[in-house]
Amino acid sequence: MSKPIVLLINGESCTVQCDPETPLLTALRDELGLTGTKYGCGEGQCGACTVLLGGAPRRSCQIPVSAAAAKPITTIEGLEKDRQLHPVQQAFLDAGAFQCAYCTSGMILSSVGLLSANPNPSSADIIQYLQGNICRCGTHPRIIEAVHQAAKSMRERG
Amino acid sequence: MMSSNILKFEPEPERYEFSAGPMHHFDLARRDFFKLLGAGIAVFAVAKDSLAKQETAPTRGFHQEELPKEITAWLHVGEDGNVTAFTGKVEIGQNIRTSLAQTVADELRVPFESVTMVTADTALTPFDFGTVGSRSMPTMSPQLRRVSAAARDLLVSAAAREWKVATEGLTAADGKVSDPATGRSLRYGELAHGKTLAQNLPAEDPVTPANQWRIAGKPIPKKDGRSFVTGKHEYTPDLHRPGMLYGKVLRPPSFGATLTSFDDKAAQAMNGVVIVHDGNFVGAAAANEREASKALEAIHTEWKEVRQTSSKELFSYLKQNAKPSSNERSRRVKGSVEEGLSAAAHRLDASYSIAFIAHAPLEPRAALAEWSEGKLTVWTGSQRPFAVRDELADAFHVSENNVRVIVPDTGAAYGGKHTGDAALEAARLARAAGHPVKVVWTREEEFTWAYFRPAGVIEIKSGIAADGTLTAWEFHNYNSGMSAIETPYAVPNQHVEFHTTECPLRSGSYRGLAATANFFARESHMDDLARAVRGEPLEFRLKNLNEPRLRAVFEAAAKSFGWPGKKTQEGQGFGIAGGLEKGGYVATCAEVAVDRTSGAVRVVRLTTAFECGAIVNPDGLRNQVIGANIQGLGGALFEAIEFENGRITNRRFSSYRVPRFRDVPEIDAVLLDRKDLPSAGAGETPIMGVAPAIGNAILDATGTRLRNLPMAPQGLPLAKS
Repeated sequence: MSKPIVLLINGESCTVQCDPETPLLTALRDELGLTGTKYGCGEGQCGACTVLLGGAPRRSCQIPVSAAAAKPITTIEGLEKDRQLHPVQQAFLDAGAFQCAYCTSGMILSSVGLLSANPNPSSADIIQYLQGNICRCGTHPRIIEAVHQAAKSMRERG
Repeated sequence: MMSSNILKFEPEPERYEFSAGPMHHFDLARRDFFKLLGAGIAVFAVAKDSLAKQETAPTRGFHQEELPKEITAWLHVGEDGNVTAFTGKVEIGQNIRTSLAQTVADELRVPFESVTMVTADTALTPFDFGTVGSRSMPTMSPQLRRVSAAARDLLVSAAAREWKVATEGLTAADGKVSDPATGRSLRYGELAHGKTLAQNLPAEDPVTPANQWRIAGKPIPKKDGRSFVTGKHEYTPDLHRPGMLYGKVLRPPSFGATLTSFDDKAAQAMNGVVIVHDGNFVGAAAANEREASKALEAIHTEWKEVRQTSSKELFSYLKQNAKPSSNERSRRVKGSVEEGLSAAAHRLDASYSIAFIAHAPLEPRAALAEWSEGKLTVWTGSQRPFAVRDELADAFHVSENNVRVIVPDTGAAYGGKHTGDAALEAARLARAAGHPVKVVWTREEEFTWAYFRPAGVIEIKSGIAADGTLTAWEFHNYNSGMSAIETPYAVPNQHVEFHTTECPLRSGSYRGLAATANFFARESHMDDLARAVRGEPLEFRLKNLNEPRLRAVFEAAAKSFGWPGKKTQEGQGFGIAGGLEKGGYVATCAEVAVDRTSGAVRVVRLTTAFECGAIVNPDGLRNQVIGANIQGLGGALFEAIEFENGRITNRRFSSYRVPRFRDVPEIDAVLLDRKDLPSAGAGETPIMGVAPAIGNAILDATGTRLRNLPMAPQGLPLAKS
């Protein structure tokens, strides 16, 4: 049964009217128009739908919207502040770390999650952390480079 | 010397290309053009026959329709000086929007930022066969250069008239025409002001040679890059229209099943649901996906299924079901293979197999369809918007003029999005619903109901003299296709043939078509021949190779890689492979590490040298070359579609393995820039050498030759015992 559920998304409180079992991904995209979060597989295998839930990267296709109600949610739309790109977004842009870019939102959110847990990751750490994110265009080396670059600029910024 | 020993086939018949619809005249009248874009200067390029042939029909006799004698690209310079160029090409991650904008900016002498590319909208852009076959660079780029050059001439003439001087001596640069004699200048916008000047392009305009390019040839970042890192770019699944419903399609239990019983009483009782039952098509549209899915679950259907072959018996099936006679176009014979074999010091027979694989673009097939007063507009991720328009027109019995197909920049395709399946489904549901309907395929649908890279069997018989020169080459390809079927090596006696067979799964284009299969068999075989005469693999190839551009990439790859590699640890191996296709020349070196106890194969390093004429955007090209190497690694080692009796059994990312971060080796892309040669496409050819280079490296590491793609889906079998 459809019912109102309050979500805290990108610092704003939003109410969605849907079945509590609806995946968070669907609520974001179809109820709230936040289409920067992508559907790729529906089984948590590709990472295209990654959002931050309470600061940690989660596959929004695997989380019922009712289970996301308690924690702050960050989507790709919430990373830019005052027209200033998040350092991870800027690093992806600078490194040209995308081709078709359909995986990019998920890659960026996963990387933001990694850097908040580990501000100075090795390449092996990045590879390990992003193993669940698929890029079919094969842009992996540049994504790793972008995460290193973002880590550097975030450390410098403090 | 050059290429004299290469058998020349007809241009690559994209056997698995889906046929194009009839040609149509572009329906945007010139007055509408200016209404749309405002006053200014417009130039229309009329395709030369030769270009049109290449662009619209990759092979003679492949499509029977007339070739278009019409406009292929157009361009507008507005009163604000902004330039809008129109092409039917599609951006699918290959970065064509950026490369073509560079071409326009370069030739028109305007800043890159002032160029907007309008792509792939059947109402606005000229007819285009499709973004296929690595044709965008070799055909669309020169046409845009020609329209840009003609527009520049018009602007110079307009300035000359204004100043009442001759055009000679005037210069165009930075969006301005200047007169060095007087120091005065006029911006393009000022020159275009108040004009509605249109010109068809003269047959041939001189264009700027690559060594004088200023904007093309540079590593300019992707156009609109910011919209991708902020999630603002809208792919087809992200689009929304007022009153839009969500559509789902009820899929048959197996391929080829027919609907025998249908009962939708329970579904019809649900609120706000539209059910469509039309022949074998059953679908539902509702206010959200969940409601639409529930409606489908409430429908009772029965299906008549047909027994079908399975992946286990695939390769014997392909051989047994070969069609009896190939036509002349699919067979080339030179000299006598029999004589070549009897003169040989060593002979080698081997058979290779290639599994079906899936494109698995991360954006699944999707479409949003809207009917309004008998006219249909469809947004869909497709490589062939005009073909999709024609499919829709046929399916709904409306004229092509009443169908508009728009392709937003798409979440990749790799040859997999040539058809309009989702477009047809969305349009059928939208017509019944009286509302716009969006259909987005699930991953399982994508893995099942799209089409696959064709499977194949390749058999080679060869002969070699004691001094290491090839004497005979017999090559039979069953089903996978003719792309790059001819050997680039010099062999006096050859028989090369493609055999069509019955094919158990729906097959279509894939990045590089059959070239990956043909490269794999040929370059694996060449390595074995090198061993037969105790030759060094690279030297052996060069000894039998005259083609200078191919020799150059082999040498460049070897140099950068440090060929031949020196083994410093157990399980280490090195391989090399290469060839040419679609105007591009490629050689790849691979280093692998094989774990002798677990059988695990790790690709440690890939070096790919690639040459495609004059490079338009080295940064975009590097991305494509590295991406092709990684994608190629999946098909080489572990990607394979499994199927049983009309069902795909590994239709998820959890059961169909694609390359992930841990699989990615160190990759070195060596780009050879030949400014003296026309630009060829680059999206496909760099994938082709990866599988045989890896296979040759595994052989070097283990002594085991793997002749089936994928080579090591569960690691190497040698470790199992």
